[in-house]
Amino acid sequence: MNTETTDVSKAGVVEPGGGELALRVTRRPRPGRWVAVALATLFTVWLAYTVIINPNLHWDVIAEYQFDGVILNGLWVTVQLTLISMVVGIVIGVVIAVMQLSESPVLRIIASAYTWFFRGTPLLVQLIFWFNLALLFPVISIGIPFDGPKLIEWQTNMVITGFVAALLGLSINEGAYMAEIVRAGIQSVDPGQREAGESIGMSNRKILTRIILPQAMRVIIPPFGNQFISMLKTTSLVSVIAGADLMTVSQHLYLANFEVIALLMVASIWYLVLTTVASVAQHFIERRYNPGTTPVRRRVLANLRPGHTTKGAAA
Amino acid sequence: MTDLVLRARGVRKKFGDIEVLRGIDLEVRPGEVLCVIGPSGSGKSTLLRCFNHLERIDAGRIWVNGELIGYEQHGASEGTLRERRPRDVRRQRERIGMVFQRFHLFPHRTAVQNVMEGPVTVKGLKWAHAQRQASELLDRVGLADRADHYPAQLSGGQQQRVAIARALAMEPTLMLFDEPTSALDPELVGEVLGVMRDLARSGMTMIVVTHEMGFAREVADRVIFMDEGAVVEAGRPDELFTQPRHERTQAFLSTVL
Repeated sequence: MNTETTDVSKAGVVEPGGGELALRVTRRPRPGRWVAVALATLFTVWLAYTVIINPNLHWDVIAEYQFDGVILNGLWVTVQLTLISMVVGIVIGVVIAVMQLSESPVLRIIASAYTWFFRGTPLLVQLIFWFNLALLFPVISIGIPFDGPKLIEWQTNMVITGFVAALLGLSINEGAYMAEIVRAGIQSVDPGQREAGESIGMSNRKILTRIILPQAMRVIIPPFGNQFISMLKTTSLVSVIAGADLMTVSQHLYLANFEVIALLMVASIWYLVLTTVASVAQHFIERRYNPGTTPVRRRVLANLRPGHTTKGAAA
Repeated sequence: MTDLVLRARGVRKKFGDIEVLRGIDLEVRPGEVLCVIGPSGSGKSTLLRCFNHLERIDAGRIWVNGELIGYEQHGASEGTLRERRPRDVRRQRERIGMVFQRFHLFPHRTAVQNVMEGPVTVKGLKWAHAQRQASELLDRVGLADRADHYPAQLSGGQQQRVAIARALAMEPTLMLFDEPTSALDPELVGEVLGVMRDLARSGMTMIVVTHEMGFAREVADRVIFMDEGAVVEAGRPDELFTQPRHERTQAFLSTVL
């Protein structure tokens, strides 16, 4: 990168501040911006002051519970719920999106029905439904459908724990949203790419996995990051079905010691940490998949030397 | 019939209510270069896309190397065809190379990876073998030194030459070119036509939809002029360009020559 910059300047580009530069260009002064900075600083200091010195906010309790074992266990459950339901969600999403774009009307209708239902009912309702599945189906079995003989049977209540119900609810719901994101990504790819693949005899599956999806990633990643960050916090809904996540354990703690605000602060701080990590990761993944976000300067420099592989364009 | 590379009989194609192909008959012999000319909207590109079943047809028959393309005889009645299984369609397409107006290289793959894609994923060639073959093909189109470049780092002419190499990698018996130079800056047209000229000399059977009359005149063994979904006139280029018999051909040639 640096070597390129010097190469170009050697090639005759005038360096800024160079001796006889008569036609200077400077930035326009913006006094309003300084006023805004002053006001915003004042407000922030005042807000921080009122919160920090507030005797009702027990900082000692927050400090005590921030790294408490129970809280950390809840944090781990939240991370697990998010990761697993996002992975399952994206698998469901790809399958539903491909069904939606298929030539078969049957597959298209099934896919539409799926997104219609799971986007159309509240996640909270779905979570409570999965948790109480035993009320509808007391026994889960594998065997001949209808009233035929069964090979294996389980008590539904033994299988559907709070964690399993949470995973079912979150993944299936996420799948419906991911399906729309993946569909938009697939449709963003030039139809000529599919035809090029067909013209060399590639199968639909190979065209999808080797040609279409890698290019769709550019469109899929930003909303996927959004969904991921949203999911980190949506997992708190599973507190209604004893999911043992960060929110659930925080609730259990404050119901016992009445430190409601302090424990909500503890939980919020962890949620902020998680979403910050996710945002940073998203930033780097986006940059890897989207050459369009390469800074203009680097792209221009790359174009000046056709045939010269730059890291930005090759990534 | 078996000594023909391509044979078309009464090919018809509708888009909605508009009939874009109105019964096309065509024969292409091995090693022949056929240029298809005509005004835009005359159905030339659609016809070409029917030859490797990128478009379905509504009536007629297309044979490549004696095999019915895209369709098979269904039931006892001779008159009705039904579409082949996707696997069979893919097998047929392997031997028919296609070069598109807008290249359609895979942008996330380097030049050499673009050329290797078919041999590796479709033919199941060993990676090293496919890479050697791809390098040779890039050399043949004059791009040996661009093997590791991504399409975005290549000029339009270079991209189109990679696209030709990609089609050749499947060892086709017939090459289809769909206005291969129409999307190029004028100064880049020559390098692509040069590669196609070499290919024609090497004995490849080619069908070229083109607006490059100079190329058609020089390289084609036969030229057909299409208008409104039908073949108006066909003949040797020296005849068709100098003494067009049909008045629509005359009108078209007077605007482009």
